[in-house]
Amino acid sequence: MEKERQVLVVFPHPDDEAFGVSGTLALHIKNGTPVTYACLTLGEMGRNMGNPPFATRESLPYIRRKELQDAANVIGIKDLRMLGYRDKTVEFEQETALANHMSELIDELNPSLIITFYPGYAVHPDHDATGAAVIKAVENMPAEQRPKVHCVAFSNNCEEEIGQADTVHDVSTVADIKIATIKAHISQTQLMVKEMEEQLQNSEPQVMARINNERFWTYTF
Amino acid sequence: MELVVKEQVQKELTKLTNKDVYIHLETTNGAYASHFDETFFSSGAYIRNAHLKFEHSKIAGDGPFRIGLKTTIGWVYAEGITHFEVDSQNRLLLAGHDFNGKLAVALEISETPFE
Repeated sequence: MEKERQVLVVFPHPDDEAFGVSGTLALHIKNGTPVTYACLTLGEMGRNMGNPPFATRESLPYIRRKELQDAANVIGIKDLRMLGYRDKTVEFEQETALANHMSELIDELNPSLIITFYPGYAVHPDHDATGAAVIKAVENMPAEQRPKVHCVAFSNNCEEEIGQADTVHDVSTVADIKIATIKAHISQTQLMVKEMEEQLQNSEPQVMARINNERFWTYTF
Repeated sequence: MELVVKEQVQKELTKLTNKDVYIHLETTNGAYASHFDETFFSSGAYIRNAHLKFEHSKIAGDGPFRIGLKTTIGWVYAEGITHFEVDSQNRLLLAGHDFNGKLAVALEISETPFE
């Protein structure tokens, strides 16, 4: 993995970082690269409330804010920004204003690598809108000043349309950090964690591969 | 939250009758429903801090429950309600959770605006 000067991660929901990129972030931090995680919302519209319920629509954001902070601590992220948008409304924000907000972050941090969602191929409307705002902000920069942008894609049609990921990081050396990050978001992941642990105990190759390989598509401007 | 006790919820609804209240109402299938099942038609609606007054309210059904609020010039209703809570800020929170504990519908009534 290439050594970076500064990494900026931009995702809309607490836990968006856990499955796809937490291993990569942990490796950057072990490499001595500062990582800033800008999380747009607190996942206020999460649906997992438990049975019996452990949260309400109103208490969930407080629970998820704490989980996000815990996850950042597990990964070793020192600079966590909560941007104050509301879950499921990101795509309705004014596009220019959102892109300008991203530009401010980029100007301040001068990242050599940005990690975000691939607009159009990231399933959740907030994911697509967040990715689009980041891409727009980077597009507005002079070409020679643009940082690399690594996108996460997982829509059913993504490989058909944008091909295979061009960057795959083996994060097996930090798999324990990654699993702890997923567990930190316990309100959202408890059902999945139980299943995943059984599969890991049986060393199911598909599950191991999903945990150990993080895939990115480099955005071409 | 607790499982709905019909009489208790009706009592809480009645307390809020003819008061200036703020409503949170949402239904959702989750943002991933059509991703996991492409034949699934995903839909939902959401309103936060609708400011209104209702003159009559009723909880109906044997569970999951339906709740209707009659306003001067219209209606608010929700169906699929399974749980309720009066929270520390004295807001009446009602929600419907599916068999896996996922929220499917929420109706919340408060005398102060929701954050």
